[in-house]
Amino acid sequence: MTTDGSLTAPQDPAGRGAPIVAVALDGAGWHPAAWREPGARPEALTDAAYWVGLTQLAEAGLVDLVTFEDSFGIPVGPWDDPAADRTDRVRVRLDAELVAARVAPATRHVGLVPVVTVTHTEPFHVAKALATLDHTSQGRAGWQVRASPSGTEARLTGRRDLPEITAEDYAAGRADEQVAELFAEAAAVAETVRALWDSWEDDAEIRDVATRRFIDRDKVHRVDVETRWFSVRGPSITPRPPQGQPVVTALAHATVPYELAARVADVVFVTPQDDAAAASILAEVRAAEARVGRTGEPLRVVADLAVVLDADGRAAAERLARLDAWAGQAERGWVTDARVLAGSAADVADVVEAWTGLGYDGVRVRPAVLPDDLDALVTDVLPELRRRGLARTAYDAGSLRGLLRLPTEVPNRFAAV
Amino acid sequence: MSTPTGKPRKQIILGAYLGGVNHHTLWHLPESGSQIDFSTFERTARTAERGRFDFFFLAEGLALRERDGQVFDQDIVGRPDTFTVLASIAAVTEHLGLAATINATFNEPYELARQIASLDHLSGGRAAWNVVTSFDAFTGGNFRRGGFLDRSQRYERAAETIEVVRSLWDSWAADDLVIDKEAGVFSRSGAGSFAHTGEQFDVGGWFGVPRSPQGHPVILQAGVSPQGRDFAAASSDAIFSPYGRFDEARDYYQDVKARAAGFGRDPNHLKILPSASFVLGATEAEAQEKARWVREEQVTGRTAQILLEQIWNRDLSAYDPDGPLPDVEPALDAPSFIAGRALTHADRPATVARLRAQAEANGWSLRQTVIEEFTRGSFVGTPTQVADALDDFVQNDGSDGFVIGSHLVPTGLDELVDDVVPLLQERGSLRTEYEGTTLRDNLGLPAPACAGATVEAARA
Ligand SMILES: Cc1cc2nc3c(=O)[nH]c(=O)nc-3n(C[C@H](O)[C@H](O)[C@H](O)COP(=O)(O)O)c2cc1C
Repeated sequence: MTTDGSLTAPQDPAGRGAPIVAVALDGAGWHPAAWREPGARPEALTDAAYWVGLTQLAEAGLVDLVTFEDSFGIPVGPWDDPAADRTDRVRVRLDAELVAARVAPATRHVGLVPVVTVTHTEPFHVAKALATLDHTSQGRAGWQVRASPSGTEARLTGRRDLPEITAEDYAAGRADEQVAELFAEAAAVAETVRALWDSWEDDAEIRDVATRRFIDRDKVHRVDVETRWFSVRGPSITPRPPQGQPVVTALAHATVPYELAARVADVVFVTPQDDAAAASILAEVRAAEARVGRTGEPLRVVADLAVVLDADGRAAAERLARLDAWAGQAERGWVTDARVLAGSAADVADVVEAWTGLGYDGVRVRPAVLPDDLDALVTDVLPELRRRGLARTAYDAGSLRGLLRLPTEVPNRFAAV
Repeated sequence: MSTPTGKPRKQIILGAYLGGVNHHTLWHLPESGSQIDFSTFERTARTAERGRFDFFFLAEGLALRERDGQVFDQDIVGRPDTFTVLASIAAVTEHLGLAATINATFNEPYELARQIASLDHLSGGRAAWNVVTSFDAFTGGNFRRGGFLDRSQRYERAAETIEVVRSLWDSWAADDLVIDKEAGVFSRSGAGSFAHTGEQFDVGGWFGVPRSPQGHPVILQAGVSPQGRDFAAASSDAIFSPYGRFDEARDYYQDVKARAAGFGRDPNHLKILPSASFVLGATEAEAQEKARWVREEQVTGRTAQILLEQIWNRDLSAYDPDGPLPDVEPALDAPSFIAGRALTHADRPATVARLRAQAEANGWSLRQTVIEEFTRGSFVGTPTQVADALDDFVQNDGSDGFVIGSHLVPTGLDELVDDVVPLLQERGSLRTEYEGTTLRDNLGLPAPACAGATVEAARA
């Protein structure tokens, strides 16, 4: 690698930048039995060095951004009972926003995107935490907005009563109203957070020695948000983050969350299981954008892909079979919300090529096992993607917005024009 | 090493206070730096660690201050999120404790337990929580529940918050993480389970942060009412106190240490740390001259009026700063004229009476009164004089140490570390190397009772 972090001369045949390649970090990896792999380090999940190491590895691979998975409660697999007392799964997780903050000074280019829950938290705290992450990372902060529909998570603060939603309730549509309500609140929180980020204009701090005024108070604004769930006066206590608006993302699987993303996000992570679904989901997202009347930048649509790679001298299929046996799902195999791809670097590159060909802006890779599948991603998959012109060859921007080719001059909603 | 009186020499505890949102910081000096760039926090924290300080300390205020409905503009305005910036500072320091002033009213115990335990893990055992109890409706305007808490309940909620937070920290025994890859056992059954029903909280579920390096991160408290004193004496490891003059500091020290003993605690396990500032000079005269200049820069005529408006609770802009104290009486029942400032003058008429008596006795103007009465404990002199004064203050039980800051951010701490710290080290009152790996070790606080026992009892 050269000193400026570039690997080879940029190739950008289309002239619009290479696809986004993101990495989703979660615990010992995304497979429920990942922690049992010989290379996994489940005892290190609470160590700063573990997260710094993984993020630096992703940065060495010139990945655009890393997401740090979180929930309000303990880690629970999709449709697993969140109240169950289990001993066979990873049960621990640090606060993702603080993990990202700990990693920030130890990295230089890669975007840092923690999941932060909005259902039981204070919009004011969320806004200043992410604004501060943007300050300490010098413009590399993002946010994956998460709503919490779980009754078990609601009990953690005891502030509201939410019934548990089971897979059956969900399938039968019995949860629709509750989910719609929580996502409407989530959208309101995200809008409030964005308003708080704008509550200071960029040039509010004047330090005018002659008049002994530190700020121009006409450039610091109340937000006066009133919703049916909460109200927030503002302004934020934290000056506007360096990016103006840190990057807002959301994971979405259905119409209601697509609309949430279309309203408030810059990037949406979606979960097509195959090429046909990839095409229809992209159309659904674009339709959701039109329905909510989104203007300006279109959503960056990024497909999630869970990967088990050839690694450690073992074939991907064999690695996955062992993981599934450990997880007690040898018959069914690993079924999760995102597509599971067990294969070679070329197999992954084929999917990226196919999906970006459909119009996707990129992929977010969920490594099945950490660090093994992240290692393989960086040493095998990313070079293959670069060979095909499907991944960046250098960090060419100083902020996450810049890396994602979002406008880096972000108008402030409160500024007088 | 012992003192001339034969008592064992106390080790001075030092916290570094990053000057912030008040008139103490002289932001208008050309050498003063950003109040929000991470480089400022990194710089100050590294300096403190070089000086073998125990911890870095951040205050908090959850609403921008307002005067008569308008945001303050003459002091520093704006600060970072406390936990986030401390987690980033953990990356650029190795030993320094990281003390977060965090409000117990506008946060939930589950979130606090999780954030503080996460910070403790991410820093290798260096987290501390300074519990404050601001509850006012103005601050509440930024939060979901508004000003929901009555003043009389602020410490009830804080005490129950700490109880729940500590029970969450205890919900994982040290050996609950089994991590047997062969057998497929990650953790012991029941690990992280918690339930609490009380006046303030009805909560339960699973806590996902295993026992952190300190077990119980250090708890500080700031608040001086009788309830505040009892609260601190019963449940905190250290107190951030406002008493900087030796006689009042010593009275306070004796009072809260006695209260701690009354709660069955070893008074040595409650550390008293007044806030302090310093001004150094090559000669005493030079230091005094500089200190006078600093005070006059801090307390302009306008600032003097505003500081008094906090007490009088009314517009005093018409009163000449160089004239006498206002002859009007404080507005006791009016809405807050100054909002968003931690209330430390609960008894307005008594404070007004005291200020008037002082002004009269000394012939002070409005501004002079503020300069004299509002300046926190300040150590002024040559490095040797300041080292002597700091040491005497502690050895004579005015305190166990200080939370000390400079009027200049971020470089002001440098001269204290370069010129005074070595003198304290020479006389054996300050460590030359960190003795422990955690903040709790460095402060000489006992390890919390082993969680295993509590957890077993709870599960039986
Ligand atoms: C030295 C000192 C520092 C304080 N710092 C803060 C602070 O940074 N943020 C805050 O919200 N309150 C702060 N407070 C306010 C206290 O937490 C408390 O709410 C207030 O003193 C009222 O409680 P009391 O009646 O027991 O004194 C501070 C108080 C003292 C004495």
